Amino acid sequence: MGAFVIRRVLFGILVLWIISLVVFAMFFIAPHDVARLLAGRQASASEIEAIRHNLGLDRPVLDQYLSWVWKLLHGDLGYSYRGSVPVRDLLVSRAPVTASLAFGAAIIWLLIGVGAGVLAAVKPRTIADRAVTFFALFFYSMPTFLLGLFLLFFFFYKLYTAGFHWFPGGGYVNLSQDPIGWADHLILPWFALALVTAAVYSRLTRGTMLDVLGEDYIRTARSKGISEGRVVVRHALRSALTPVVTQFGIDLGGLLGGAIVTENVFGLPGLGQLAVSSILDQNLPVIIGIVVLASFFIVVANLAVDFVYAFLDPRVRLT
Amino acid sequence: MSVTSFDSLETRLAEPAAAEPEGESAKEIQGRSPWQLAWARLRQDRLAIASAIVILFIVLVAILAPVIARLVGHGPGDQYPFTALNSFGLPAGPSRTFLFGADDLGRDVLVRVAYGARVSLIAGVVASGVAVIVGGIVGMVAGYFGTVVDTALSRFMDVILSFPLLLFAIALVSIVGPSLIVSIAVIAFFSWAVVGRIIRGQTLSLREKEFVEAARSLGASDLRIIFVDILPNLVAPLIVYSTLLIPASIVFEATLSFLGLGVVPPTPTWGNMLSDALAYYKVAWWFIFFPGGALLLTTLAFNLLGDSVRDALDPRYARLFKS
Repeated sequence: MGAFVIRRVLFGILVLWIISLVVFAMFFIAPHDVARLLAGRQASASEIEAIRHNLGLDRPVLDQYLSWVWKLLHGDLGYSYRGSVPVRDLLVSRAPVTASLAFGAAIIWLLIGVGAGVLAAVKPRTIADRAVTFFALFFYSMPTFLLGLFLLFFFFYKLYTAGFHWFPGGGYVNLSQDPIGWADHLILPWFALALVTAAVYSRLTRGTMLDVLGEDYIRTARSKGISEGRVVVRHALRSALTPVVTQFGIDLGGLLGGAIVTENVFGLPGLGQLAVSSILDQNLPVIIGIVVLASFFIVVANLAVDFVYAFLDPRVRLT
Repeated sequence: MSVTSFDSLETRLAEPAAAEPEGESAKEIQGRSPWQLAWARLRQDRLAIASAIVILFIVLVAILAPVIARLVGHGPGDQYPFTALNSFGLPAGPSRTFLFGADDLGRDVLVRVAYGARVSLIAGVVASGVAVIVGGIVGMVAGYFGTVVDTALSRFMDVILSFPLLLFAIALVSIVGPSLIVSIAVIAFFSWAVVGRIIRGQTLSLREKEFVEAARSLGASDLRIIFVDILPNLVAPLIVYSTLLIPASIVFEATLSFLGLGVVPPTPTWGNMLSDALAYYKVAWWFIFFPGGALLLTTLAFNLLGDSVRDALDPRYARLFKS
């Protein structure tokens, strides 16, 4: 187990290093001229030169890279081009929104996905199974932003005009300020983000559950007179969950992508909305900050999933 | 005896011996190739036929978009401020002149949905085609040569797979500026690794087969073994992955357009039409339902067809959407 942990951690560090190279290459060696962009249209050549010097863009590339990484390791991500706010402060203020969205959605998708999958596997070829299959296909083919639009249209607008002011049409309320308002503002975004992925999980769970339920030890458990519910949950589901855990690690990257889209549909002031608005006004330090933060999160989360997986299934440690 | 005929014999022998259904082969005595069997299975699949018809219809709409525009008499970029907008400047709903209604600038939604099909199909097909070719080649090279080459390429694929895809995609777009070609390149770049990993795994086991050994002992070069002996055995997974990647790429392109980072606005795409819907859905339901319906119908049809193709080519595989 020790060697396995060390190997995975080293690979995680390698990924982070490569990402730092890619991000650096993308934004610092990219064909566009950052100094000219910052200086604006009417700047003179000497002004542009001064800005270039201030940013250190006239130094050798390796030198720039090392100082960038050095600052990065100390949590210094530079300043936003807009209002000169430290990027770190911006990220810290936006992160809770994205975290609330992502956590809630992950819980909903696991509950719905695994639940529907188990239901379909326990009663294969029944109406319940077919219904799960139909919804899985439907939501699997549904782009997140389109589902968000449909939810807004039906559950906010149609209900609202019918006199039911149940769900707000966007915006965000702090959890510490008003927990109920927080959940109320997030419930539609949660479902928009969760249902697409839940579809995959229901198919995955159904498949592995069907395999496991055919195993000899399940028959043994049943013949011992254990209740069916206990057999399904304690004996079958436990071993059927391992592939779900792996898939969860893979989907974390997609979760962040989905969060970008969902935040833009529902007007949630999170990292995703910040990313898109920064890209539209070419605010490079902020984009870089978000990309670095997201990559770091994904690498760490994948490591965590690897360890959980190795803990559940000892054979993994050998590979 | 020429080497070619020997090779083709090997390939035929090496094709996975598809489990022939008893009832089907009992009537006919003549043998059928795995491809004929797959085709027969696919033809009997009503869902597959239905989705193929839907896809054909969408392709026709895309090709005939200018004809549709001519028939209705509205170009995709033409604005009709007097007939399509009411006195408050709000878009008019579906009517006889504007079957799918008009958008906020007084343009015909029907014509724009038809033109939008072009962008979606081109992006979907080209991006997945590139991804499958690149992923196939990298996967075969990694699996066939093994050792250092394999380790390097596999790690590279792992790194790409652990990137936050959409975030990197939009960051890339921010540097080069949005366009159809950039969208396609970005989608392909982030999809090939999935294919590469699977093809690598399959090549790894094919490499140890006797027919590869035989080809090598006949003096075939590595390149020849990869493309003449191994590749034909990988056609089935490659086809399956192309059909499943197309809907994913279509969604990816629509998402980029929706965020304003895909194909730039005057050109109609389902994604950028839906991004207008975000501002107008309260007054104009047709902003969501027509482009959204077209998008959903397309991805549904491709997913269903992909699932059926997978089932037809490899019946041992569990189906995703059919119990």
